[in-house]
Formats: sequence, C-alpha cells, structure tokens
Amino acid sequence: MCIVSRMSLGQTLLGLLETRPQHGYDLKRAYDERFATKRPLAYGQVYATLSRLLKNGLVEVDSVEPGAGPERKRYTVTDAGVTDVERWLASPESPEPYLQSTLYTKVVLALLTGRSADDILDVQRAEHLRQMRELTRRKADGDLSDQLICDHALFHLEADLRWLELTAARLNDLAGEVRGR
Amino acid sequence: MTHSTPRTAPAPESTGTPEDAVEPLLVGSGLRKSFGLTQALEDASLSLYPGEIVAVMGPSGSGKSTLLHCLAGIVRPDGGRVGYGDTDLTEVSDSRLSDLRRTEFGFLFQFGQLVPELSCVENVALPLRLGGESRRRAERTAVDWLERLDVAEVAGKTPGECSGGQGQRVAVARALITRPRVVFADEPTGALDSLNGERVIRMLTDAARESRAAVVLVTHEPRVAAYADREVVVRDGRTRDLGGLA
Repeated sequence: MCIVSRMSLGQTLLGLLETRPQHGYDLKRAYDERFATKRPLAYGQVYATLSRLLKNGLVEVDSVEPGAGPERKRYTVTDAGVTDVERWLASPESPEPYLQSTLYTKVVLALLTGRSADDILDVQRAEHLRQMRELTRRKADGDLSDQLICDHALFHLEADLRWLELTAARLNDLAGEVRGR
Repeated sequence: MTHSTPRTAPAPESTGTPEDAVEPLLVGSGLRKSFGLTQALEDASLSLYPGEIVAVMGPSGSGKSTLLHCLAGIVRPDGGRVGYGDTDLTEVSDSRLSDLRRTEFGFLFQFGQLVPELSCVENVALPLRLGGESRRRAERTAVDWLERLDVAEVAGKTPGECSGGQGQRVAVARALITRPRVVFADEPTGALDSLNGERVIRMLTDAARESRAAVVLVTHEPRVAAYADREVVVRDGRTRDLGGLA
C-alpha cells in the first residue's frame, strides 16, 4: 500500500528533490524506501507526476545523460517548488482516517530538509484542538444524539492527538533514523 | 482587598487571545524553576486574560504543574516574574501570598483537597469561614453552591462517603465559593472515568464563565482541554502558545 495520497505525491517528490537533484529512478527508490509500506510506487506514476511538476514550473531538468537506452534526465526543484513544499508542510491536514500517513510523510520530509518537525506537529495539534473545541460547543447545545455523535468524533480526534504527542516525544530518534539512511 | 486590575467581561471565545481588548490579569514570564538537579521550568511564559480559560497541556514531567504552582504563588520560581495586577508574586511576603490565595484564587486538584473530617458543606464553607464569615451565612452559601453543582444530597456526608465524581463537584464548589478571579485546576478530572470527568469539567467551566473567573486548567486530556478557550503546550519546561497556529 502506498501511504501518500495522490494529492500529496507531487509535494512528496518535490521534498525529496529538495534534498538533492535526482533521476526519476532514484526518486522512486527513495520514495519506496521511506514511504511505500506494501506496494512500490509505479514508474508511470513517478514520471506522470514529474511531467506535471515540470509543466507547472516546480521542477526543472538539471542535466541529461545519454545511455544505452533512453536519455536519463536529472531533476531539480525550482524556487517555486520549494515554496510549494513549504506551504504544504505548514498547512494542517483535515482530520480524516489515515491522516497519520500524510503527517508521517510531512514529518520525515521536514527532518530530511532541515525544517522544524515540531512546528508541523504543533500546527496539526492546534487544528485538532480547534475542531475539538467546536465539537465540544456543539455538544453543549445539542440533545443526547448530537452529544453521542460529537463524542464519537472527539474520541477519534483525541486518538490522533495522542499519536501526535507520541511522535513529538520520538522526534529525536526518528531524526537519527531518517538522517542515518 | 483592593486590586489595580479592572474586572472585565470574558473575552469572546472564538477570537483566541483578546490581546487588543484588555490587559492580562496574570502574566508569568521567563519562569525558571529547578528541584535539585531537575530543571522543571526552563523558560515558561503564560498570560491569562480576565474570564478566559486556558488549558496547559504537555507530556508527564514537562513542567505543566510546576508552571501552575508558580503562577498561583504556591512555589517561588528561581527566575522570572509573575505579575498579578501591580503585584509581583515572586517578591511578596508569604502572608500576602496566603491572603491572595484565599481571597482572589481558587484551587482544584486531582484529589486530596477536601478535609476528610469535615462534612461536604463544611468543606465548601471553609474558605468563607477563614475569611471571617459567620458559620450560618457561610454554610447557607455553601448549600447554594452544592445545589448548583447538583450534589446537594451529599451536604451532610464526609468526603469519604462520596463517589469520586461527587467529591470533585464538592471541590469545584469550594474552589468557586469566594468568587475568585482566577481558578487554578490541576488535572481536575484525572482520577475520574470519562462520564464523571466530563460532568466535572463542564460544571467547572460553566460555573467559572458565569462567575467571570479565569481558569488555568492543567490537563493531559485533549477532551478536557477542548472546554478551554485556548491551549498552551509545555514541553521540556518551555511553553508554546498554540493559539495562533490553527
């Protein structure tokens, strides 16, 4: 299973390119190593995404190497691409099932690119708590069935927050692992 | 007791810290505290505005209870300042601190705060009695508070005869009976199950809002923190205000 949604695959590749310019093949390997839990990323997906990023000016071709087969292009991220990653990393995700997969990706990329992973977790924590406050207010005004529905959502948000807390406590270990690879 | 900070209506809940609206009631800044070799607070700051409820969150051992104790004048920090109006709580005498804690502050802890030999109504009336109120008047007010918190039936019982949830509601009544300007609550639901914890926190925050008391609420439970207006996180003795992040 691929843990990064299609929506964020582009930003994930941009983040990996920010660490160093890479060929499509290296990018796929780096991605599979860090983020693909079961099924590796298909080559077609990598090249389709790179071509979209190229078209949007978020990456550019750094060099072309001739080989026995087709030419090998090495890609590098542009300033606009870095800004795109920056914006994505700084925005909280909407709480949803498997949210932690996207958050995990963001945390790893932040550690790889020298950004603050604590900030990412805190932004998300603030967003979760904001939603929890809203649900708590709604619960206070509602009848029993509203209360039960809100409680269900509140317990799920709380579970996410516990994961955020645990991840924050393990950031140093994770940084060591991620940077040691 | 006179005080220079004006009593002001609670800040609107949705706008976060009402910095432009009013002066803070209580300001802890650059607080440092160590116990032996353990540095409990490194650089902690928190501003509390009149009528607002701030949750202080963080992992165990992060320094959140020490922060509450410094803000409440229970523990003197090694460095930094705690301003309450014109008073720096780190510099005033112990007797002045005791006066402040009795008249302006209310306290609510996880457990062990009620006097086991006294009945619940006597426990709730105690802060008023210590302030010189007659027994009759103090206990009449105490009964009103017990009714408001839906535990009038335990008025004549001792804390040991109450359930955990009832005991905490009695403690809420005792914390609020003097109409304090600030309530310091340290894990007030920590020893309760979900349903009773929910009931206690709802009653505490509702009663505090009605009385226009500000609350510093230390908790590790996000569902409890969600009753506050905003959160401050303590990590390794340092504070981080999450108010402006989401």
